[in-house]
Amino acid sequence: MPSIAGLFFYMSEKIKKLNVSKPLVLDCKKTVKDFPLAYETYGNLNKNKDNAILIFHALTGDQFVSGTNPITKKNGWWVTAVGPGKAIDTNKYFVICANVIGGCMGSWGPKEIDKNTNEAYGLNFPVITIKDMVKSQETLLDHLGIDKLLCAAGGSMGGMQLLQFCATFPNKTFSAVPIACSTNHSAQNIALNELARQAIMADPVWDKGKYLKKNIQPKNGLAVARMVGHISYLSEKGMQEKFGRKLQEKADYEFSFDADFQVESYLRHQGFAFVERFDANSILYITRAMDYFDLSRQFKGGLVEAFKNQKTKFLIISFSSDWLYTTKENKDTVIALNAAGADVSFAEIKTDKGHDSFLVNEPEFLKTLKGFIDSMHIKFKNEKK
Amino acid sequence: MKKEFRVIADLLPRNIRVLDVGCGDGSLMSHLIKEKNIEVRGLEIVEENVKKCIYKGLSVIEGNAETELHQFPTKSFDFVILSQTLQAFYNPEKVLKDLLRIGKSVIISIPNFGYWKVRTSLLIFGKMPVTKTLPNSWYNTPNLHMCTIKDFFDFCIEKKININKVVGVNEETTSEIKKSNLEIKNLFSKVGIFLLK
Repeated sequence: MPSIAGLFFYMSEKIKKLNVSKPLVLDCKKTVKDFPLAYETYGNLNKNKDNAILIFHALTGDQFVSGTNPITKKNGWWVTAVGPGKAIDTNKYFVICANVIGGCMGSWGPKEIDKNTNEAYGLNFPVITIKDMVKSQETLLDHLGIDKLLCAAGGSMGGMQLLQFCATFPNKTFSAVPIACSTNHSAQNIALNELARQAIMADPVWDKGKYLKKNIQPKNGLAVARMVGHISYLSEKGMQEKFGRKLQEKADYEFSFDADFQVESYLRHQGFAFVERFDANSILYITRAMDYFDLSRQFKGGLVEAFKNQKTKFLIISFSSDWLYTTKENKDTVIALNAAGADVSFAEIKTDKGHDSFLVNEPEFLKTLKGFIDSMHIKFKNEKK
Repeated sequence: MKKEFRVIADLLPRNIRVLDVGCGDGSLMSHLIKEKNIEVRGLEIVEENVKKCIYKGLSVIEGNAETELHQFPTKSFDFVILSQTLQAFYNPEKVLKDLLRIGKSVIISIPNFGYWKVRTSLLIFGKMPVTKTLPNSWYNTPNLHMCTIKDFFDFCIEKKININKVVGVNEETTSEIKKSNLEIKNLFSKVGIFLLK
């Protein structure tokens, strides 16, 4: 395992970056310019430019949607849905994804070096919002020469970014698929994020965010934060079926606090695998952005105002066993879009796989996604004629 | 395409906004877009049908009309269509009220329990009728509130709902139903289509 600094240096060679030179006024009123936005693309933009799809990633995602992530050497985070011959077929479509600002895969975030101090930002990084993330990503479309996307898609925080994107830039995408998300964070979701943040901040290594100076990570706190996340991504039924009370490679209890149960072992594995690839301060910043997200608060007049004059064709997808972003919350977005007179479809996928459903192989979901995007492509081509 | 859908399409002007409640696999929606350039949305409860609509690029919301019509704003559509489903609701009166709130006009079609074959089945054979428009048996029918064209006609008058036009549909022909020919049409129409305002 390379040191954290070594890993981050290694990253820089493998990552495409756009220098965002246009000044960006953040929601916290600070203005920033000349910051890096890391991104990746898959497939080719066609001559008519009618095949571009922008994907927004979730909390712990990055720009490496498909193929092999060159940094972690693992599959891209949405390899089930994006790639050659997949639901979002990269033989046919030009897929774009950027790492959010506040993240840690090459975009401007708390582990980047602050030019004023020559040290990593840590907690000197400004508190960013979903809107800040989206505004910075919009500059990427200009850079790639795309006036209007065929589609934009995203699940969880990716879906929240997408709703923000549509509200802030009403005519930038022909269609949109917000998946398992909401127009604001519920008290339960804020509480779970707070749990993750407190776990990190309770780790003495965290040291008010200054750990990078010592070239270390608050691994224990970050791992616990990840475990909280993993519990919330599964459903009660799915977890029971997957693990039940099965013991981890042993016949009986060991009467100790080692991982006797498979579910414990799973959580520890997920937690400690995560610390190899993610920056703890980024979790603080990104979860904060999610908690602050509230579209109706942003627009005087509420959600109807946020979605007025929408030409975008929406497909909202929810999962029946998702308790993090419930079907009801997703339907509330549908209701708001309807009230604003927008063109909206809605489907609930019946599954036991919980919030994670959009990331795993869930055939009904993938078929629906493919059916929608392919039919939108035909319509978009006709509109462009 | 079903004859009933052709009659419904004929009742609609071009270039309007329509909500098709219980839109099924979207056949009527596709027809309305193609023939009349209508901006149409669907509401459908059956998951398989919802997906079929999405694959066709139609705008459809998965949901139950009995409980979810509140999501559509008042007078947000020029026409709301409900095809042969009213009898399946627990509370058809409430659903109808909602349809009349959402649409400037409403088109409702009902399978006619007064159709002569239905009447004969019960009168002569003493059995609950099973016909093309009423294909289920008594124990598995989704229909909770069957009515005749005459029943629905009277219902609208009682509730002060404005009937603009009624069309009777049977095997070969379609014909306009008026108060004067109601008795005979109630006997010979398989389906009644009501245009309400």
